[in-house]
Amino acid sequence: MAIAVFAVCAVIIIAGALGVIIFRNPVHAALSLVAALFGAAVLFLTLDAQFLGVVQVIVYAGAIVVLFLFVIMLLGVDVAERLQTEPIARQRPLALAVGAGVLALVLLFAVGFDLSPSTRQGAMPALDNCIGLPLNDPARDSPDVVLCDGPEVASNVSQIAEGVFGDYVWAFQLTGLLLTVSVVGAVVLTRRGRSLPAPANADVTHDDRQPEAVS
Amino acid sequence: MVDSFWYLALAAVVFAIGATGLLVRRNPLIMFMCVELMLNAVSITFVALSRRLGDMGGQISVLFVLVVAAAEAVVGLAIVVAVMRRRARVTADDLTSLSG
Repeated sequence: MAIAVFAVCAVIIIAGALGVIIFRNPVHAALSLVAALFGAAVLFLTLDAQFLGVVQVIVYAGAIVVLFLFVIMLLGVDVAERLQTEPIARQRPLALAVGAGVLALVLLFAVGFDLSPSTRQGAMPALDNCIGLPLNDPARDSPDVVLCDGPEVASNVSQIAEGVFGDYVWAFQLTGLLLTVSVVGAVVLTRRGRSLPAPANADVTHDDRQPEAVS
Repeated sequence: MVDSFWYLALAAVVFAIGATGLLVRRNPLIMFMCVELMLNAVSITFVALSRRLGDMGGQISVLFVLVVAAAEAVVGLAIVVAVMRRRARVTADDLTSLSG
């Protein structure tokens, strides 16, 4: 069952990723990115990272890709690009070679990684020993049973909170600062300057030069 | 949960697809999406190994990767909007005014 879920998710993710690089229309590419992100979110759920799975859908697929689509629609660039032009000679085969090289490199590392059963006591020790019982089962009340939804097993959100506000609080504050800086940067970059906004009957080649001083 | 190697292999494939797409495509918006693909592949790696080793730091790192990806997308798209206001159809090869 776990293998089936992983296989379906893997197919969805790889299909979405291939769709991003193959589709000529940016809107189609954004939608296949959403498919890949949904597959990754389900993968996170199978890995007991429930908070991250939900946050992935809400933030990544629901905000970042929507931002992409806003910009695509705002600029009217949903016209397909021509895939035939190659600015560097033999760029496409070179890119495929580089991609294959990256894949080989990462897989080489993954094979060499020690994946034997871990005896380390990490932050999630109780998840392997807990049992799941239905809510009306009288065996839930016996004293030596560790339930998967009981108080001994901390929820994923509280585990992440213990880390973010504990060991990683500095990184948390710095990412808050980063977000503020990026918002300020976005506002500054998209300002139109001090010139008056273009009138409705202006021609297409408007420029944003400062208005000359009247002598 | 399947064996960790398959999660790492899937993340490797997605990363390679994203890297290839970044090198092939010339539309800046699609190049951004390829970068997001690569960040997603790294997130899958982080979460798989976090579950494997029982260390919460992997999932917290994914949270930070998400935040940084959001900030990068915001600024990058602001740049794309600012550039594309001047000329209509811009590809990554036309932005050469900073080159020597």
